[in-house]
Amino acid sequence: MTAVSESGAASESGAASESSQPAASQTAPGPGHPAGSWAVESTRLTKRFHRQVAVDSVDLAVPCGSIYGFLGPNGSGKTTTIRLLLGLIRPTAGTHRLLGQPMPAAAARVLPRVGALVDGPAFHPYLSGRANLLRLDAGDRAADPRTAHRRVDEALDRVGLLTAATKRYRAYSLGMRQRLALAATLLAPRELLILDEPTNGLDPQGTREVRALIKRLAAEGATVLLSTHLLSEVEQLCTHVGVMHLGRLVAQAPLAELRAGAVPRAHVDTDRPAAAAEVLRGLGLTDVRTHDAAATGVLGSVAPEKVVAELVHRGVAVRGFTVAAPELEELFVSLTGEGFDVSG
Amino acid sequence: MSAVDAPVAGTRRWSTRLLRSELWLIFGRRRNWAGLAVLAAVPTLIAVAVKISPPGGGGGGPNFFASITSNGLFVALAALTVELPLFLPLAVAAIAADTIAGEANLGTLRYQLTVPVGRTRMLGVKYAAIVIFAVAATLLVAAVGAGLGLALFGGGPVTLLSGLQVPFASGLLRLLGVCAYIACGLAALGAVGLFVSTLTEQPIGGTVAIVIVNVASFVLDTIPQLGWLHPYLLTHHWLDYGDLLRDPVEWSGIRQGALVAAAYALIFCSAAWARFTTRDVSS
Ligand SMILES: Nc1ncnc2c1ncn2[C@@H]1O[C@H](COP(=O)(O)OP(=O)(O)OP(=O)(O)O)[C@@H](O)[C@H]1O
Ligand SMILES: [Mg+2]
Repeated sequence: MTAVSESGAASESGAASESSQPAASQTAPGPGHPAGSWAVESTRLTKRFHRQVAVDSVDLAVPCGSIYGFLGPNGSGKTTTIRLLLGLIRPTAGTHRLLGQPMPAAAARVLPRVGALVDGPAFHPYLSGRANLLRLDAGDRAADPRTAHRRVDEALDRVGLLTAATKRYRAYSLGMRQRLALAATLLAPRELLILDEPTNGLDPQGTREVRALIKRLAAEGATVLLSTHLLSEVEQLCTHVGVMHLGRLVAQAPLAELRAGAVPRAHVDTDRPAAAAEVLRGLGLTDVRTHDAAATGVLGSVAPEKVVAELVHRGVAVRGFTVAAPELEELFVSLTGEGFDVSG
Repeated sequence: MSAVDAPVAGTRRWSTRLLRSELWLIFGRRRNWAGLAVLAAVPTLIAVAVKISPPGGGGGGPNFFASITSNGLFVALAALTVELPLFLPLAVAAIAADTIAGEANLGTLRYQLTVPVGRTRMLGVKYAAIVIFAVAATLLVAAVGAGLGLALFGGGPVTLLSGLQVPFASGLLRLLGVCAYIACGLAALGAVGLFVSTLTEQPIGGTVAIVIVNVASFVLDTIPQLGWLHPYLLTHHWLDYGDLLRDPVEWSGIRQGALVAAAYALIFCSAAWARFTTRDVSS
């Protein structure tokens, strides 16, 4: 689509012409971007509400060019962190920078280069989708009014909403509203997108399109901070992951590193799990567990082929044998606990 | 490509775009059309009623009803007098309460702020829109009244409250002066409204609060024991616009009224600023 390549070019030249910017926002981000260039960087960011610390000393570090998956159970403080980042609420303590600039001091310069979707869509119900976007664009001093209509229609087109552009927002469905909020983040070339649950309420096609859109935007050089509950989304999209729990950032790493750090487990499918578990323990595997028709254990330094040989040697029928790192979901649960109750 | 020609983010471009967008939001809304229609209905009613049964004589205060049959312009003045205690303030209160609280209620406030529309700039634009609405509402009442009045009762030289006759053009000019003075008072109320709007996320509650301030001011003004307070009340000088219809014009009340209005506008705009620029937007 032409719109994609156009805004990509614009975002590059926009960054290049801003000579006062630090390297962080100038370099074409990618594998080779210099270490220490963060699109989002917070230091001990803290927000205390009346009787609760919603965000507790969070040191967020989102590398330029990354797609950063921001995870956490309901009420763990993701949206509050995003509000802090955008300067909507004041931190109780701590500081942060967006695109290398201190916030909120540089908000007027930085925020036009940041597209944000916070806590779901919100628009004037009696205005059309297009009129709502034009109103947002009217507030942007960095935007050229002469191109407003073209940019609005391009943004609507990118989220598949052009045919419903003249409908009143009141008449939009949940997914259409979500798409309109996404369109609002695309009104100008952005270097950073902060998206709070962007695929919430979208149909399967919409979800796929939005993921593809996020990938394209990232390929064009934008950094994406993506809060989501969909771990499959994280696995498909994200290069980095941060996990919130009870207001604290309990993990933050490149996705690959997080995976590598997870200890691989051997998994034996068998009709005699107890006997298999016995063998695993005998070989020195730790944390051995039995299931309905399987036994598992942490391999450690034991070679997998040795496990299979020993099982066969002991006459335990092996129906299947796998060695795998735990799924992201298990990692997530191990970091944030099993409990279902929200952290309030 | 135009996106490249466009100024780099951060360029300060002076433009009326946001104000126009704000006015479009106010004047493009059906609810507000209904409100303006009610405001316009009052002079219509007065003109028709007086045409059907002309009044006998007047009581105290600026009684414009008695003069209507002699000159249509007095329909406008009568309508303004009738609407000033409640209808016009209510209209301004509804608009003013909606400015920040309405956007907070919808959640659009957070998206405006991330555009970014700076908070000070937002307040400035919102207050400008309130003032423009106050002027428009006052002029609407006057225009409908004058138009209908002139059509039904004719124009010609205007007999002032002091008994002197002035040419029609001078009468029209004085009517415009009355409108400007009334709009000043309403603009001051609008500043109170702007402040109230930064305190709440419920525009209806805000409207009620502003109307209460207005009514309370009128009520306090009628209690003689509180005479020391009267000069400082928002509405104390509101009805002094009758002084513009004397010859020579009696300026002291008008001047006092304008000063009080300016003081209220300044104080409450500052309060709104102090509140809004430090407030958490978590709606
Ligand atoms: N304005 C507020 N006043 C008081 N408490 C608040 C406020 N906003 C958020 N909180 C509290 O802060 C905590 C974190 O909320 P937050 O919205 O950041 O969670 P979240 O991670 O976005 O959750 P979800 O996944 O459900 O969107 C919650 O316990 C919430 O009740
Ligand atoms: Mg949330």
